[in-house]
Amino acid sequence: MAARTAKGGIVTARLADVWTQLASQPLLWLMATLAAYVTGRWVQDQTKGHPLANPVAIAIILLAAALILTGTPYDTYINGAQILNFLLGPATVALAVPLYQNLDKVRRMLPSLMVGLAIGSTVGVLSSSGTALLLGASKPMVLTLAPKAVTSPIAMGISQTLGGLPPLTAVLVILTGIFAGMFGWPILRLVGVHDPAAAGFAMGTAAHGIGTARAFQIDFTAGTFAGLGMGLNGLATAVIAPPLMTLIMG
Amino acid sequence: MIPAIATLLLFQLLGEGLVRLLALPIPGPVAGMALLFVVLIIHGRVPEGLRTTAGGLLQHLSLLFIPAGTGVIVYVGRIAGEAVPIAAALVVGTILPIAATGLAVKGMEWLRARRRAAS
Repeated sequence: MAARTAKGGIVTARLADVWTQLASQPLLWLMATLAAYVTGRWVQDQTKGHPLANPVAIAIILLAAALILTGTPYDTYINGAQILNFLLGPATVALAVPLYQNLDKVRRMLPSLMVGLAIGSTVGVLSSSGTALLLGASKPMVLTLAPKAVTSPIAMGISQTLGGLPPLTAVLVILTGIFAGMFGWPILRLVGVHDPAAAGFAMGTAAHGIGTARAFQIDFTAGTFAGLGMGLNGLATAVIAPPLMTLIMG
Repeated sequence: MIPAIATLLLFQLLGEGLVRLLALPIPGPVAGMALLFVVLIIHGRVPEGLRTTAGGLLQHLSLLFIPAGTGVIVYVGRIAGEAVPIAAALVVGTILPIAATGLAVKGMEWLRARRRAAS
């Protein structure tokens, strides 16, 4: 009996040892991220694409729980998942392909898209910062929220310029994307925007890459116009956010 | 697939270079997208490999946001401290620009169609 317990102890100790070795290597957390994503997509399929079953949100919740339960620091995790983060670069470049495939439609709609962009970028900055300001958020938090509609590298740069907290802006950018992924399409339906190009452009303008990813899941043309909206609003917000914030913050 | 990935990385690299050279306020990959777009227009068609690789990457674009999104656990405390204004800003600040942009594009298309019909 005593021998068995001792043996059990050794096995447990060996397992703990193996865990410590694997947990510090990229393989484990890269695999975990893919598994979390596959699970998220599975739940989405099971619920027949219910907007609340957002694969990004599900995966983040699963991974956050796994990190907390195993006591793994975020730095160890990101060391493993870094390769996926890196692929965002080439994926952004790849948006040029569907854009080119829709060249005629983009060209035809360009004046309308420019008006949409001007309105969308202004409303994006003012509604985010204005709501926070009215509800008594601290000044740095208002500035941190202002650029949240645009893709994270640009948003972080704008946040820095304004005097916000760039890493927190990056997190809020992603939360915006998830929220838009859940409710963006139903809202567009509700207000009567059914054209995939117009709806996609709105998703990309207001909710950057995650809005674009969601649009691609729904309709390829919508995804294309979302990618365009994301790129253009990154530029537009970088230009208009500083003067707008000076205006409302005094 | 490998030549296509090399092409995408090349344009990202060119974008990164261009952004630094001209001190543009946009990320390198966005400049890379613009450069590839221009080159595709000049070239006149999309190579088969590039088309399938780009399609594959974009089909799973949401996967690529998960690592950065998981960073939310680092800021939970900071967000909880101002939870109400942040949540309200997220909801209002997402719904309004989505609806406004969609309606603006739709309205403009309607106006332009009407003007075309009238002329």
